[in-house]
Amino acid sequence: MYPSDYKYSKDHEWVRREEGELVIGITDFAQGELGDVVYVEAPEVGSSFQANDEVGTIESVKAVAEVYTPIAGEVVAVNEELVEAPERVNEDPHGAGWLFRLRPASAAEVEGLMSAEAYEEFIQQED
Amino acid sequence: MVEFAGWRMPVRYQGVIDEHRAVRSAAGLFDVSHMGEFRVTGGDAVSFLQYATPNDVVALEIGEVHYTSLLTDRGTYIDDLLVYRLGVEEYLLVVNAANTAKDLGHLRALAAAQFGGAEVEIEDVTDSFALLALQGPNAQSILAGLCDAPLANLGYYRCLRTDVGGREALVSRTGYTGEDGFELYVDPEHACGIWRDLMSAGGGLVAAGLGARDTLRTEAAMALYGHEIDAATNPYEARLAWTIKLKKGEFVGREALVEIKSTGPVRKLIGFEIAGRGIARDACAVLVDGAPAGSVTSGTFSPTLEKAIGMAYVPPTAAKVGREIEVEVRGRRLSAIQVKLPFYKRKNV
Repeated sequence: MYPSDYKYSKDHEWVRREEGELVIGITDFAQGELGDVVYVEAPEVGSSFQANDEVGTIESVKAVAEVYTPIAGEVVAVNEELVEAPERVNEDPHGAGWLFRLRPASAAEVEGLMSAEAYEEFIQQED
Repeated sequence: MVEFAGWRMPVRYQGVIDEHRAVRSAAGLFDVSHMGEFRVTGGDAVSFLQYATPNDVVALEIGEVHYTSLLTDRGTYIDDLLVYRLGVEEYLLVVNAANTAKDLGHLRALAAAQFGGAEVEIEDVTDSFALLALQGPNAQSILAGLCDAPLANLGYYRCLRTDVGGREALVSRTGYTGEDGFELYVDPEHACGIWRDLMSAGGGLVAAGLGARDTLRTEAAMALYGHEIDAATNPYEARLAWTIKLKKGEFVGREALVEIKSTGPVRKLIGFEIAGRGIARDACAVLVDGAPAGSVTSGTFSPTLEKAIGMAYVPPTAAKVGREIEVEVRGRRLSAIQVKLPFYKRKNV
């Protein structure tokens, strides 16, 4: 369920390393808690954030959730497909439902996040 | 599952949007057993209910149901409810779960104060009933497969007793979704069996939760206690004047309502669609011409319209279909257009 080559935050974001950049989305657990996603408000490309800054919001039929970046850096791309197809976040949270791409301020910061195994243990306690 | 008024409630099964669409296109089955039920009986039951509620109970024939309310002396809402006439001197009241204790206390106090010595008995029978709501265009054909009753002849807001899959039920053509459908009052012992029989009957029926119930009733612009109606709102501002029968004689709240009707309500419930992205939620501030003018009572994403919709109270002068308002959502002002209520109306009614 949770890819072993991804890293995970306590705010239920995942991070995938790709050519020196980071692809970030919300976890399957997070999309399950939210239910049907109907709007995704992504950060602006070119904007810079500190770790744990709020970068956008995800709105479902029943609730709204803030999206945080677990890592400091500059947003280099956002998933434009989510404007027309926000349901990708529910259907494929760890793949086609990715939210934004970040150029990290420090590549080492990712190591501080949880492994898939640690995250699965973490959500067991949350549930 | 969530806790609500002491009940554990299913919010969703497969997902709010899928369940919502199934109810609009086929059928959905809801467990709404949390609703409170009171049995009101006795020779003076009709005159008591005529006094306790603003709709015309005298006009209710055996087998008929109507929508009404319990009001304060100020003409504001204690609760909204359904009244079923089950027999010559027998009525069933169906109230909101969160208000069950309050309503029972209010009714009993009213009976003691105004009907002391009269023949009225008010019995809380909430625990004697499980309530299943079978809603959607396929509801009749699904239910017809499990009972012999002439459902096609059962009119809107009419009820009958029949067996469903061999188990006794009180069945009414009522609901809270804006679709055709039925509500089944059954012995809690039989609820699971009837649920399983219905779910096995085909017809595209899906289990539906409270999340879909809320989006469905919002599209149909049906009031929810605690949102469109509460202790500060009256029926004239809530678009529910049709439930008030001033000519029937004295009833609780009548004097205040006569006054409100003559001066006109100070605010009005309106519907709106958000122009762009974002969803207005309950209690968001509403601005008219840039100035605070009211607040949102319910807001959600409409799976049918695929837009964010909501209802809000605004001053009567600002209430006009087509007129723009703004809704403040998490510090941002979203533009919205007033639209006609309900947002959704089924065809072939």
